[in-house]
Amino acid sequence: MRNSFCQAMLARAAQTPQLFFLTGDLGFMALEPLRDALGERFVNVGVSEQSMIALAAGIRRNGGESWAYSIAPFCYARPFEQIRNDVCLNGLPVRLVGNGGGYAYGPMGGTHHAIEDYGVLLTLSGLRVYVPAFGADVAPMVAAMGAREEPGYLRLGRSEVSDESALPAYQRWRCLLEGAAGLVVVAGPLAGKLWNAWQARDRADRPALWVLGDWSADDQELPAALCQAIAAAPALAVVEEHVAQGGLAAWLLYRLALAGVACPPLHHACARGYPSGRYGSQAFHRRECGLEADTILEALRAAAGLPASALAGPAAQSVAV
Amino acid sequence: MDPALATPAHHSPLTDGHSVDLNLSADTELQLIARRARRRLLRMHFERKVGHIGGNLSCLDALLALHHRILRPEDSFVLSKGHSAGALYITLWSLGLLADADLETFHAEGTLLAGHPVPGWHPRIPVATGSLGHGFPVATGMAFARARCGQEGRVFCLTSDGEWQEGSMWESLIFAAHQRLPNLTVMVDLNGLQGFGSTREVASMEDLGQRLAAFGIPVLHVDGHDHLAVTAALRRPGSAILVLHTTKGAGVSFMENRMEWHYLPLNAEQYAQALDELSEDAVAAALAAGGGR
Ligand SMILES: Cc1ncc(C[n+]2csc(CCOP(=O)(O)OP(=O)(O)O)c2C)c(N)n1
Ligand SMILES: [Mg+2]
Repeated sequence: MRNSFCQAMLARAAQTPQLFFLTGDLGFMALEPLRDALGERFVNVGVSEQSMIALAAGIRRNGGESWAYSIAPFCYARPFEQIRNDVCLNGLPVRLVGNGGGYAYGPMGGTHHAIEDYGVLLTLSGLRVYVPAFGADVAPMVAAMGAREEPGYLRLGRSEVSDESALPAYQRWRCLLEGAAGLVVVAGPLAGKLWNAWQARDRADRPALWVLGDWSADDQELPAALCQAIAAAPALAVVEEHVAQGGLAAWLLYRLALAGVACPPLHHACARGYPSGRYGSQAFHRRECGLEADTILEALRAAAGLPASALAGPAAQSVAV
Repeated sequence: MDPALATPAHHSPLTDGHSVDLNLSADTELQLIARRARRRLLRMHFERKVGHIGGNLSCLDALLALHHRILRPEDSFVLSKGHSAGALYITLWSLGLLADADLETFHAEGTLLAGHPVPGWHPRIPVATGSLGHGFPVATGMAFARARCGQEGRVFCLTSDGEWQEGSMWESLIFAAHQRLPNLTVMVDLNGLQGFGSTREVASMEDLGQRLAAFGIPVLHVDGHDHLAVTAALRRPGSAILVLHTTKGAGVSFMENRMEWHYLPLNAEQYAQALDELSEDAVAAALAAGGGR
């Protein structure tokens, strides 16, 4: 998604004369075209993320459009107070971009993971998070972030779908698959993993798959079609590469409750830190947390009171929450 | 006391099976160890297709000097530039504190030898690092507590030059100087390169040594690839800042001073060439000529 991001920024920069792009010493072998296009308005501020965010706020205060980029944890965790005070408290629409959401940095270890990013940021009123599921989502998200006069955080990952042509174009809420065996709401590239695994299955034998792309603490409304589908589903699973606290499940269930939608039995597949105390690829950490298509499918069936599917092997037994 | 800091349970893989002349000066012995450590470091990164090699090679000599010649059981070390975890693992291997089988798990599924040090499994890795600008402040806290509780032992810390762009580094330096800590030695791997440019182009701190010296803690400039010089500087009692003048990618000609080797893994051809440059013959020739590394 880094290359899609660079292309999308180039398009935005072409129509935005006052666009400043700040990076915290990241982007080698990816952002050079943007650097060349922006000239002096592309700044590597060095390894200093706290001042990077404050600088971005200052640039915005002065009328410029500012984007700040780093590896995800160094973009939201290190400079949290700068985001809270300098950006959000001042109501300045600064755009933050974190590369490597969830466990994407895999064997680099816990310091490089971003498994509580949007939960933390959504405690700040007025800030909207954008979590692309596919490469093609990045360009419309960059355009939307730029068009909305509010702070935004873009969580980049790696698209899991090799040919995205069969997927619907970006919208906040998309139904990727119809299905009768429960309903799954997912955010981020895991959507592609689930789509790859389930799209060829019979409709009767697979869950419906919905993906959410951007949201904020201030959004209250859910699409009527989603509410109806959830109310009618035998079970609901929320899937995210993010810890439970502050996650998508809590955000969604709160809004379902407010809307008076009766929720079916729930399975929450989410990041659980480092259960074994060991490290590995993104796939390793997902496996440790039950963030795999088969595990989720079986948990959903169990939550719905259905017998385990033919797929279920020993690895696919999981606990519903 | 750290058990792993005591005499290793098994012999060092560097002396096992190799005839090391016990009459060699300490410097020459470390040069030999360093050549073999470089080869092992490259092999580990090649086999696992992992990058960050440049910054590992720039600090390896200093880590070897520190761990082989200086660290006592009551001392501690914090790798603030956590992305050089590979150099630390190789150093521990060279002491017999990690085995070949451990190195084979580097970056593998279910590993403890992650790309940045993870906590809780090795006494020479007291804290997780990898986010720049954390290790030095934590090391300062460790030194402060030791000093105030009358505990023995010094605290050593290795930082990178790009890392000094983080405000937290200077905040801790203010603290360490103000508290007149007697037991903290911080090394700066001054290789002149960072993640997306040279430190001079990105956010110059020149002359970093002078800027650091302004805080009142003694600053020593050392060739970071000269084991004897690094050892001598580390031996100096009291707190100090060692500015290590280093080359990113040191020891592998095509990596030296090239930014892409912050990121790239080695391909087979490059690996073969690097090994050639670090072959036993090349070692012998360099030692005979009195060369470093
Ligand atoms: C807080 C933080 N920001 C960014 C990074 C990503 N990063 C890893 S190494 C590096 C810079 C490398 O240059 P330097 O710090 O001088 O290290 P060395 O040259 O010794 O490899 C950066 C930006 C990080 N690890 N931590
Ligand atoms: Mg450097």
